[in-house]
Amino acid sequence: MKLLDEAIEFTRQEGAGAPVWVGSTASGDELLRFAIAVHRADGRIAALWGSDERHRGGGYRLHCVFGFNEGHACVSLDLPAEDPLYPDLSGIFPTANRMQRATRDMVGIETDGRDQRPWLRHGAWPSNWYPLRHDSVHEVGMGVGFPNLPSDYEFVQLGGEGAHEIPVGPIHAGIIEPGHFRFSVIGEKVLRLEQRLGYQHKGVEHRFIGMDLAAGSKLVGRISGDSTCAYAWAYAVAAEAACAVTPPPRALMLRALMLERERIANHLGDLGALGNDAAFAFGLTQFMRLKEDWLRLNAQLLGHRFMMDRIVPGGVVVDLEPSALRRIVEQCDGVGREVRAIRAIYDEHPGLQDRFLTTGIINADLARELSLTGMAARATGIILDGRCYRQGYTPPAPYNMLGVRPATDERGDVAARVAVRFNEIYESLRLLREMAVSLPAGELRVEVASVPNATGLGVVEGWRGEVIVGLQLDNEGRIARVHPHDPSWQIWPALEHAVMADIVPDFPLINKSFNLSYSGVDL
Amino acid sequence: MIPLLRRIFRTGILTEPPQAAVAAEGQRAEIDRLNDEVLDILGRALTIREVDAGSCNGCELEIHALNNAYYNLEGRGFKFVASPRHADMLLVTGPVTKNMENALRIAYDCTPDPKLVVAVGDCGCGCGEADKLFNENYATCGPVENVVAVDVRVPGCPPTPTALMQGILAAVKRR
Repeated sequence: MKLLDEAIEFTRQEGAGAPVWVGSTASGDELLRFAIAVHRADGRIAALWGSDERHRGGGYRLHCVFGFNEGHACVSLDLPAEDPLYPDLSGIFPTANRMQRATRDMVGIETDGRDQRPWLRHGAWPSNWYPLRHDSVHEVGMGVGFPNLPSDYEFVQLGGEGAHEIPVGPIHAGIIEPGHFRFSVIGEKVLRLEQRLGYQHKGVEHRFIGMDLAAGSKLVGRISGDSTCAYAWAYAVAAEAACAVTPPPRALMLRALMLERERIANHLGDLGALGNDAAFAFGLTQFMRLKEDWLRLNAQLLGHRFMMDRIVPGGVVVDLEPSALRRIVEQCDGVGREVRAIRAIYDEHPGLQDRFLTTGIINADLARELSLTGMAARATGIILDGRCYRQGYTPPAPYNMLGVRPATDERGDVAARVAVRFNEIYESLRLLREMAVSLPAGELRVEVASVPNATGLGVVEGWRGEVIVGLQLDNEGRIARVHPHDPSWQIWPALEHAVMADIVPDFPLINKSFNLSYSGVDL
Repeated sequence: MIPLLRRIFRTGILTEPPQAAVAAEGQRAEIDRLNDEVLDILGRALTIREVDAGSCNGCELEIHALNNAYYNLEGRGFKFVASPRHADMLLVTGPVTKNMENALRIAYDCTPDPKLVVAVGDCGCGCGEADKLFNENYATCGPVENVVAVDVRVPGCPPTPTALMQGILAAVKRR
């Protein structure tokens, strides 16, 4: 079938996941025209990666996932083995820039774009060596022996009287992941922020190659520790689509139950930290206490505080007894009451609201321009949530039975993101209660027999936004390529915009209101 | 203001006795003694600089939890600081990426002697399931000990706050 009246032929991916169409082309122009059609339809770039197909008799392949109203379309573009060049998409979707640069660093396929600075490659390997090329993977030592050279990076520099730079990182002042921020400021006012990431790059995509599906499930759960359920579920969807398996209904609902518990845990922690960043330590103390109670119940009922390795291809490996479900409902009632009480305090605290309101604004136009998803997009008023029905879109099971209401706020500032987080906690608590009473009986897991050369794509609405996992199996049914995509890829550039009108001391607050993943994008 | 104060009083003191947190007999006296020792040696709290040298953020979530009201690490005389120059101990998570190797070395060199290094997590310690996933490759140096000298290891994926407390105490005891 055709999508958006464009030439590329698509087929619908089977399975229990969110709606995905898969198509391919050998023409860069067709890809470009499709991207423009997606942009016209208010769509977005959702992920972009490359793969080496030379050992299968091809050249290279570029994979672009676009999000639009009806779901996701994955377009593969075949590229020749010699001189693999594809059209620059960053003119249409600006946030494609870093994905394209990362793809060049990893696979060595390039665009004709202007920004050719490296992204993931700092100085640990030479510029003519590509970790994900098939010959590199099978090379003796796999690049371990390269000298780790210091690297320079061309930040965009601002001139003029009084303008100066503040370099921050890679090690930050708090207990957080590493990354470098270069502020150009006049006095306290931020003129420009430029991020340089890649410090967490540990060759995750390289590690996937040759793994079996079970080992891959463990690795995918450790791409971003705060989103382990979202990644494991997206990976499972991709594996199940590739191997033509449908997980049992009970497993699907238990997955959703864990995903909502993950969402609430992260929102609780961040709402506390947001209070703390505005010097309101009471908020941190209260929310961290609630989060600890929440994680302890995870450990008791689900066997792990962050629920790592509970979701696997084919289903789940943990079950909940009726007594456990009752405890979850009781906890939801208690936490709901407490969060409402603390929210009243947050809302009425003048000092806190003074810091939150009008700080770090992103409007809906910018959010669309930067292909934002998740809580960051919803806090600009965009109604986009993969768990919710919208005209032309049916959410995947079990959300199609739960009637999820999206939380939105049109202000686009820190206060809006705080409000969306509060409302998402309420909604997820409601979902947990509903799932606890409507959990279907039946199997927890079905066997997944690996299908050689199959591919699959999984999309899951994690707590930050859309988590996407693309999976490709080799001719023995082992993993040929996995690309995990974190929504932070698109939201990091939005953070650069959000701080522009504000002062340096507001940065930690704005940053925390998004709380983006470093490990998830550095891979 | 009144609802805020009311909530503080209603919440009360949640900090668990160290027996519950550390889960071993006689540990309470041990912690009190260590607190005294830390104060004797340093005249102040033991200061910790956390360095994430390549983790998935899982370990960081549990290190955050150390400061919640239940574990109350800071209330027990262990303080997280912003600069390695102010630190007695580095709490390092891994696997150490090549892109963080240099930054970790600089942080280590900036930490005044005598310093303690605690490696956190299976990746940072080079053990367990996670180490098989995150061992040395073109982008990582492997466990923390491959880059800087490690005094104590706290395995786990991620280690629980209780295990982290035990590890930090074990490192202090070694001195």
